[in-house]
Amino acid sequence: MTLAVVGLSRAFGGVRAVDDASFTVAPGEVHGLIGPNGAGKTTLLNLVSGLLRPTAGKIELEGRRIDGLTPNRIAALGVARTYQNIRLFGGLSSADNVVVGQHLRRHAPFWRRLLLLPSARKEETAARAAAEAGLARVGMQERALTRAFNLSYGEQRRVEIARALASQPRLVLLDEPTAGMNPGEAGSVARLVREVAKEGRAVLLIEHNVRLVMELCDRITVLNFGKVIARGTPAEIGRDPAVIAAYLGDGA
Amino acid sequence: MGDLFLAYQSLIAFVGINALLALSIYATLCCGQLSLANAGFMAIGAYTGALLTLRAPGIPFVAVLAAASIVPAVIAVPLGLPVLRLRGVFLAIATVGFGEVVRLFFVNWSYTNGALGLVAIPQRTSLWTIALALAVTLFVLGRLRGSRYGYALEAIREDETAARTMGIFTTGHKLAMLALGAAIAGLAGALEAHFTFMVAPSGYAFGRVVEMLVQAVVGGTVAFYGPVIGAAFLTVLPEVLREVGARMGLTPGPFRLLLNGAILLAVILYLPNGLVSLPAVLRRRVRRPA
Repeated sequence: MTLAVVGLSRAFGGVRAVDDASFTVAPGEVHGLIGPNGAGKTTLLNLVSGLLRPTAGKIELEGRRIDGLTPNRIAALGVARTYQNIRLFGGLSSADNVVVGQHLRRHAPFWRRLLLLPSARKEETAARAAAEAGLARVGMQERALTRAFNLSYGEQRRVEIARALASQPRLVLLDEPTAGMNPGEAGSVARLVREVAKEGRAVLLIEHNVRLVMELCDRITVLNFGKVIARGTPAEIGRDPAVIAAYLGDGA
Repeated sequence: MGDLFLAYQSLIAFVGINALLALSIYATLCCGQLSLANAGFMAIGAYTGALLTLRAPGIPFVAVLAAASIVPAVIAVPLGLPVLRLRGVFLAIATVGFGEVVRLFFVNWSYTNGALGLVAIPQRTSLWTIALALAVTLFVLGRLRGSRYGYALEAIREDETAARTMGIFTTGHKLAMLALGAAIAGLAGALEAHFTFMVAPSGYAFGRVVEMLVQAVVGGTVAFYGPVIGAAFLTVLPEVLREVGARMGLTPGPFRLLLNGAILLAVILYLPNGLVSLPAVLRRRVRRPA
């Protein structure tokens, strides 16, 4: 699903956290969003997922405007996300977290459960099985029954990715999915992201690990002080003077 | 055995009614909303039921109970729309305000005899009606757990923002549970009114909703049957202590209240997840002796 961000701005008082940003993400593409701390990357993700409303500009999914819709409506259009500061349901097990992620895909009406119909039980068993398959995909099947707050940082990130994928989203927003992971874990997440994109989903990824971004992304958008300062393939971004200046300072 | 049952008939009835009230608090508590409007909903249910029975004697009791559940549930919707935007303490304060408004409304309504309330309501509630109402309520709440809606409610309790980006329509879910809680409270109110022969605004003051909340929390809200255990425990405890106090030759009043408070405090301190967590805590003690 194509995501188009057009002239998007969001101000917090006098601070323009996102300032006239434009870019597109195509289906099957891994699109990197990078920039120094405070560049407005997470704000941009919050705008796309509907947690914040833009002060100007528009956001389109397949040509349909989504800015101003509530987060649950946007999710229903096929957008799923993870969070920089992990927002798992801490008291629930890993598997239950992923079952919640299937909310939009489950349609069994409650009266069937009230009447103790076997179809309701069958639907639940299927949801559990799908959750376990989702956890296996991120290598977390052994921790299915562990409560989320007892998992390590890296494990929580992986469960959060599984929860996001459980809704079969067409656009996945990942906010620093490999933060706090060792290189081996980060590598397996990178492989997973590639697979997800290969299924035809669009991926928008915030990441600080520069080498990972360069290897993984098809295209990159660089933000600095809320403005897009560069757009292009990893190779183009790597030699862009504006990007080098933003990361290393003008004197470099 | 039969004599014992007769002697404690009203105690058993109050256990059932209090269990329903504690469950009405649990309905909103299980999706993380501390709503204290339930004494108000209970009053609306009680007055609805009492008025129907007194003014339209032909109506069957089932219909009276249905009306006593539906009216507060319908009122919960326009209340919930603005109020459920509030979180935590602010929601609690706003809903306490609603409860007081309802109470003062009945104090000032001459049609229901103001502060005196309605009296000589025929006794139509029997033990089995209470048992049936409790069974149906428990069944619905029990089936909710593990269903798609049950998962959504748990998600809202754990992290409302994350729940919204999972596609969960949080406002609708919270509103539905507020209305369900209101229906249960209204049902309990009508059952009580037709058991004690009377309704009066003083029975639905702030203290009443605190009682419900304490019973739900002492029983434990980690399981849907927790509030029932809490209600049974806290309703029976004073009666047991009365007996204990009499055997020990102590003056009844102050000692009983003191012990009641001490037991409550002990449960909150040592069983933060309520009485339902007692078996798990004991098992852990046995396995790992301190």
